[in-house]
Parts: sequence; C-alpha cells; structure tokens
Amino acid sequence: MEITVNINGTDHTADVEPRLLLVDHIRTGAGLTGTHIGCDTTSCGVCTVLVDGTPVKSCTMLAVQADGRSVTTVEGLKTADGLHPVQQAFSDEHGLQCGFCTPAMMLVGAALIDENPAPSDDEVRWAISGNLCRCTGYMNIVKAIQSAAAAAASSNGDS
Amino acid sequence: MLPAQFDYVAASSVEEAIAAKAEGGDETRFLAGGQSLLPMMKLRFATPSKLVDINRIAGLDAIEHHNGHLRVGALVRHADIAASDAVSGAVASAAPWISDPLVRNLGTLCGSVAHCDPEGDWNSVLLATGADVIAQGPSGSRSIAIGDFVQDFFTNSLNDDEMVTAVHIPVPSGRSGGSYQKLERKVGDYATVGVAAHLELAADGTISAAGVAMTSVAPINRKATEAEALLVGNAPTAELFAEAGAAAAAAADPRDDVRGSARWKRQVVAAFTGRALAAAAEQAQA
Repeated sequence: MEITVNINGTDHTADVEPRLLLVDHIRTGAGLTGTHIGCDTTSCGVCTVLVDGTPVKSCTMLAVQADGRSVTTVEGLKTADGLHPVQQAFSDEHGLQCGFCTPAMMLVGAALIDENPAPSDDEVRWAISGNLCRCTGYMNIVKAIQSAAAAAASSNGDS
Repeated sequence: MLPAQFDYVAASSVEEAIAAKAEGGDETRFLAGGQSLLPMMKLRFATPSKLVDINRIAGLDAIEHHNGHLRVGALVRHADIAASDAVSGAVASAAPWISDPLVRNLGTLCGSVAHCDPEGDWNSVLLATGADVIAQGPSGSRSIAIGDFVQDFFTNSLNDDEMVTAVHIPVPSGRSGGSYQKLERKVGDYATVGVAAHLELAADGTISAAGVAMTSVAPINRKATEAEALLVGNAPTAELFAEAGAAAAAAADPRDDVRGSARWKRQVVAAFTGRALAAAAEQAQA
C-alpha cells in the first residue's frame, strides 16, 4: 500500500506492507537510525517519535497508520540555528551515558516543554515515566529537561 | 518483530468499518489505539487475517455529558481522559494510572474495555460505576451492561459484526465519589492488584449506592457484590469500609505469580478497597 509520511519536514512516499512497523519504516525506509529499537514489546520507550507532535512508541504503530501525518524523530530536533535547547541541555548537564535512550528522552522532553514551559521535577519524571534509562539513574535527564525549559523560556523572552 | 501478514482497511465511517468487519468474519479485528493488539500480533498471540483501522473515523473522539451519563467515544485516548475536565470519580482517578504516558497517548478506553484483559484497569472502573457499552451493528446500536459485556478471559459479548462506538458511564445527580487504587511494580506494568470504588450518598448521609470491582485478582475483572451489599444503607465509616474490604478480599481469587503470593494479594485487596472507599466517601461528602 502506498503511503506518504512527512518525516522531519520531508515527505517520504513508499509502497509498504500493512504489517510494517513505523519504527522500521523510519529506520530502514527513510534511513534515519536515530530512532532505536529496544525491547520491541511496548515496554522501554526507546523507539519514541512524535506523531503530529505527540510522543508515541513507534514499535507499536503501523507505518500505514502514519500515512498523511507528520513524524518528528531526533534528527528533526536540530534547527537552522543549531542544536535544539533539549539537545544542548543533555550535553551540558550530562543527561546521557551510553546514549541508547537519549533520542527518545529528548523527544519526550521537547514535547513536554512545548506543552508546559516550566515543568516541575515531578512533572518531568511523570512525563518520562514510559522511557527506561539503565545508565543515568535519571537525575541528569530530569535536570537537562528542566534546564532546556529554562533556556527555551529565556530565549523566547529575548525575541 | 513484524506481525504475521494481514489485510488492512482504513475505514472512514462506522458503517464502513462494520461492513468491512462483517465481510472479514471473526478473524477480523478493529484497530484503534493498538497498544494491546499490536504487541499481541507481534508475539503471534493474535493473528488476525484483516485489520479494520478506525482511527480515521470522525466524531468518535469526544468525551461529553449527555442525558445523565458521561459518553466516552471509541477514539478517546487514555491521555484525553487524564487531561479532561469533564471526568470525575473513579474514571478521573484511574486514567493517569493506565500503563505509561506514551501508551496513554494512543491507547483507548473503549479498546481496553473490548479487549477484556482481566489485568486491564478500565473494566473494574466500569463495573463499579455501572457503565454501559454501546455496540453498533448493521441494524443499529444496542446498549450492553458492562457486567453482560465482559464474558470471560479476553472474551466480550459483541457479535462478529458489531463495533464498540462508545461507553456510557452514569453521572449521579446527587452526592457521589469514586476512586481507583492500583498497586503496580513499576510504571507500565499491569496491576498487581487494582480496586475501583464508587459511592453515592443519600440526603441523610448514608450510602444509597455502592460499586466495588477488582483488577488482576480473578480470571476476569470481578465485582465484589458482597462488599457492595454490606455498604448500602449504612453510614460511611472506617469500620464499615474495613468490613467491605474483608468481603472484597474473600471474593477475590488471586494466584501466586511473579508479582506476589495469593495470600498477600488478598491483603492488598482488603487494604485498597478500604482506601478506595474512603477516598470515594471523602469526595462525595465534599
């Protein structure tokens, strides 16, 4: 079946089997390997992407369900001005160690900040509670997302 | 993991979805949030020959008050319920505890209800509140009381050509309250034990109606009818709630498993029933 999915601002048209998972379409079809496959059983959240701005597990959605919709992956976070505030904050605050969960964590963080410009510690922890990290103990991930929110708020205030 | 092959139809209306389902027979499944169905398909626990995707049908995503009940459409996601100002009681209490935030963004209440997984939270909430499932078939809609809808382990009472279009949860006109208490090992895990409670109070402050139902402690979500009978007609006191908790624990049929021993789960049922009733009473009295 022919589908067109807008991934990070570019339309990708492909003929796919209905059983193809969105994560495989992104990684193999579009060649964007920043979206990872972890548990493949809807448990770990590392395959998180934004579909029309909402974080979902791309291992638990069919590619055909994304037909005509917009998908943002970690590769789409970067702006013309450089790194997204969340990316910069993960670097500054050491919000990663092995990096496997990081694309998903950053996308969930970016979606949270879009909705809630100044999330509390609890609100960040609640938002990332569907995403597992086995390295950091989450402390610096929470810090990074809050620091990104503060940076985004101050740059919005400047403009 | 890819699911086994299947045919796929994206329906644009309920009528079209029902016709596609009827044409495909009992090996055809509706796809809403897919957060239970797709994992089961990947593991080959489910191998439908055809999926009818209902996600593109307009008008199924509303949460609205209508004729004394809350109507939750087939495409209302768990996250929509958690964020809604229209919900209260046990429904509002349960929504943030369904799976994890990512699953809540796609999974639907109606899909979970139709799935009839005894470890699913919503059917306990619906049993406690006395909800109805609205099923549409080729010749029209019918309303099925949740107690008749949930038949068995992963089995509902829908006909092959019927689709759940909404759930109707009664909204009492008088004083009422509700709560869902869930013990889970971690976010996203199934309930080790879940208890939904719903209370309505008469003008004199005594309990005029009560609903208690349990998750993960029986082969299906189970109503604690003995506990409910103990509550009605009495004043809401801690002693009464403890008695109801003991009755609910006696009605539970938990198993020893990786989440804990049956004996311990019964104790949790007793404690959580008491807590859920106390929270419900506090709301109703506020």
